Amino acid sequence: MTTIAKYTLVELVNKIKSKEISAVDATNAYVERIQKSKKLNAFVTETLESALEQAKKADEINQKDGALSCAPIAVKDLFCTKNVQTTASSKILKNFIPTYESTVTSKLWDQGAFLLGKLNCDEFAMGSSNETSAYGNVINPYKNNNDDLVPGGSSGGCSSAVAADLTSATVGTDTGGSIRQPAAFTGIVGLKPTYGRCSRWGIVAFASSLDQAGPMTKDVADSALMLDVISGHDEKDSTSANVKKGEFLKNLNKDIKGLKVGIPKEYIVDNMPKAIQSLWDKGIELMKDSGAIIKNISLPHTKYALPTYYIVAPAEASSNLARYDGVKYGFRAPGKDLIEMYENTRAQGFGNEVKRRIMIGTYVLSSGYYDAYYLKAQQVRRLIKNDFDSVFNEVDTILTPTAPSSAFKIGDKTEDPISMYLNDVFTVPVNLAGLPAISLPGGLDETGLPLGLQLIGKSFDEQTVLNAAYALEEKIGFQSQVKDWWM
Amino acid sequence: MTEKEFDYYLEGQTGKWEVIIGLEVHAQVTSNAKLFSSSSTKFGSDPNSQVSLVDAAMPGMLPVINKYCVEQAIKTGLGLKAKINNFSKFDRKNYFYADLPQGYQISQFKFPIVGEGKVILDMPYGTKEVGIERLHLEQDAGKSLHDQDPQNSFVDLNRSGVALMEIVGKPDLRSPEEVGQYVKKLRSIMRYLNTCDGNMDEGSLRADVNVSVRKVGSTELGTRCEIKNVNSIKFMQQAIEYEAKRQIEIIEQGGAINQETRLFDTKKMETRSMRSKEDAHDYRYFPDPDLLPLELDQDYVDTIKKSLPELPDEKKSRLMNDFGLSSYDASIIISDQEISTYYEEVAKNSDYKLAANWMIVELFGILNKENKEIKDSPVSAKNLSKLINLIKDNTISGKIAKTVFEDMIKGDQDPEVIINKKGLKQQSDPKELEKIIDKIVQSNLDKVEQYKSGKDKLFGFFVGQAMKETQGKGNPKLINDILKEKLK
Repeated sequence: MTTIAKYTLVELVNKIKSKEISAVDATNAYVERIQKSKKLNAFVTETLESALEQAKKADEINQKDGALSCAPIAVKDLFCTKNVQTTASSKILKNFIPTYESTVTSKLWDQGAFLLGKLNCDEFAMGSSNETSAYGNVINPYKNNNDDLVPGGSSGGCSSAVAADLTSATVGTDTGGSIRQPAAFTGIVGLKPTYGRCSRWGIVAFASSLDQAGPMTKDVADSALMLDVISGHDEKDSTSANVKKGEFLKNLNKDIKGLKVGIPKEYIVDNMPKAIQSLWDKGIELMKDSGAIIKNISLPHTKYALPTYYIVAPAEASSNLARYDGVKYGFRAPGKDLIEMYENTRAQGFGNEVKRRIMIGTYVLSSGYYDAYYLKAQQVRRLIKNDFDSVFNEVDTILTPTAPSSAFKIGDKTEDPISMYLNDVFTVPVNLAGLPAISLPGGLDETGLPLGLQLIGKSFDEQTVLNAAYALEEKIGFQSQVKDWWM
Repeated sequence: MTEKEFDYYLEGQTGKWEVIIGLEVHAQVTSNAKLFSSSSTKFGSDPNSQVSLVDAAMPGMLPVINKYCVEQAIKTGLGLKAKINNFSKFDRKNYFYADLPQGYQISQFKFPIVGEGKVILDMPYGTKEVGIERLHLEQDAGKSLHDQDPQNSFVDLNRSGVALMEIVGKPDLRSPEEVGQYVKKLRSIMRYLNTCDGNMDEGSLRADVNVSVRKVGSTELGTRCEIKNVNSIKFMQQAIEYEAKRQIEIIEQGGAINQETRLFDTKKMETRSMRSKEDAHDYRYFPDPDLLPLELDQDYVDTIKKSLPELPDEKKSRLMNDFGLSSYDASIIISDQEISTYYEEVAKNSDYKLAANWMIVELFGILNKENKEIKDSPVSAKNLSKLINLIKDNTISGKIAKTVFEDMIKGDQDPEVIINKKGLKQQSDPKELEKIIDKIVQSNLDKVEQYKSGKDKLFGFFVGQAMKETQGKGNPKLINDILKEKLK
């Protein structure tokens, strides 16, 4: 059974379609592992029984159509799932059961996949370590000696579950690096598509102008397949782009001869661990080996990206989270009047990081501060986008590390929000510019922990990013080092 | 009409005061669906029966603009002779309230869809132009119900997300009378355009009223107070009157006006403070990241412009220029689309001027007396038109027509039928009339003598006698002509 859970998504679907393995066998392989993996705390809600029922039915009526035929898939608990609790890992949405299905997840089920459950994440996707979840932190399948490590965040349940073979693939969301950084911390592939490529309808909103759903998978081909399924224009999301749907898996190609790859000097940051620098150097060498042309480039406004992000994202979040007020659904703490009910509900319903960001966001939008913070941040955001636009006249993709470190110990950064925010330093510029970027495993550091390399592409040019990652993946030849120590 | 002069000044202890008024009118867009969702907007449905996932602000729900509402706003803007902005944006206005499910209202703050325009008012002292600052689209909130339960308040979200146009007027109004005319004119324009039904008792039209006062002769604006959410013209006028007097009293006693938001208590007929400027909400406006900017093709705007119906002001000049109606008559005819439709129906097959007179004097007299709207008129346009034609072709006199009209209002009867039944047809045979007049002249020779020696007024006596003889049916013009001949 264990071997089934180790198949890539592409392999699994092919074997199911060719009847080499049944839907029930495939589902059981994951169900058994999930049941033995409570220690990782990757799931907020499990739907194992209904997944098995669906598998049985699919075998019975021999329904094996669809690009994701009978693939058991758990998704981040930020996607609203019909009749299945959706919490955003917050107490304030405990027991919230949507009557509707998000566009992205409904596309998965339309292509034959089954829901295994809802994956833990940072509360409302605010965090870089999955430690802000109201449902406990998630544990990384990689270990540093005897220390439990964070799986990254906010899509930490997703990264842990894919790395530990608890789901054939998953979808996460990425607002400032929430797909790519946890992918890097757990040795998997994470793709943040271009803003507007996938519909945001039915995804619990964090920061609307930055949020984007994307695949987290075992390898690059799986990401291409998942993106084929989940992308596309949606009339219900006004910011969803009406662009031609790609055929990413079909067009996946390792030949990157002549591809121009930019290396931005601003991504060399103070105190960057040696392992990160040498990983990057290795990536550059391997790209050269594949026939790519390396160009040194400059993205001069990079240093403003992080502060800009921590103004724009909390500003939008402070407004997006206003609807969680105890009036209509979710958690309510009583009070003697309306105001007290609001205060009690939100004080008890939200965790500290969410409150911190609501306060920052409220502050930067306040009259008298708006121009100095929010407006200025929007102007800088434009400059950051301009940096990328002008560089993309010279290069086809940009290669950087995904995160400035490998996975850290649980509790290491919880006392210091700024050091936690610094985890996003290489990923947030991409969100601010709305570009696609992928993180793929680049190798291991001196303690045996995975590190990620990031490839950034032009708007709606996921194909180039996927192809470059595909080529690099082969050269790197990364092998999962997960040892099932918790089972 | 003799032109009066504007005379609304309030007498204080220190002299005369002028009242400065500006309105923010909230007009519900006529549309089957809400501004950002497909829920119905029907009035009077069961609570919470017209609420979509978007209207209830469920997690992950996103707004999608209803293009029809945009078109309606453009139409209204064009009707206000305003600039249509080809680029506008939606912003979030953030505040917490139980009937505001999102925790913010989607509105247009920095870049409204419609810019400056104007509205022309017909006042007894001439026409007056009132400036429009802007018009923007926004969502309505739901409704809190506090009277359903002793312990709890309930929320009805049927209105949540309904499209409103906020029409911000310049502080150009100077009296409750002008405010009444202004609201009526706005309502009339929107009804002509079918962009807002203007039903104030259903909340489709309501206003925030800004009031300040200053000494006559002063050119500086005083500190204003905003009276929130007033939903009838009468209340607006009463609130203004009360508020202006309150402000004058404070200033004359040496005090200063606090800029604040006030409520009008319709039972006590007074305004009272709701919140001061210091307690004012900080709405933290910012562009809604869920919506793209609204960009309009000029071609699209031009197409809408071409499809506009004739609007009140245009209709008024047509009636005055082409049919010789007085400014006063024309302004009454155009004041309401239903009146003007009725009028056109009556006039097109009879006579424009007579139709205006008959409607304004006779028909409105009856309607006012019975407190009815034109749509409940007891006389149909068709029959009124017939009546006017019967006057025109001398079948009956104007005086007889009035008695016929009295009968017509009892169940919309055909005037011809009444005339035949009652034998009211005008006597227009000159020979017959001449006979009658000869008789009168013969039996009143003394009066003929007096008339001829200069007592002109006696002419009326002879007319009266002739009418008496013909039981009121004699053709007055013929009688006049014949009498003049005989009394030479």
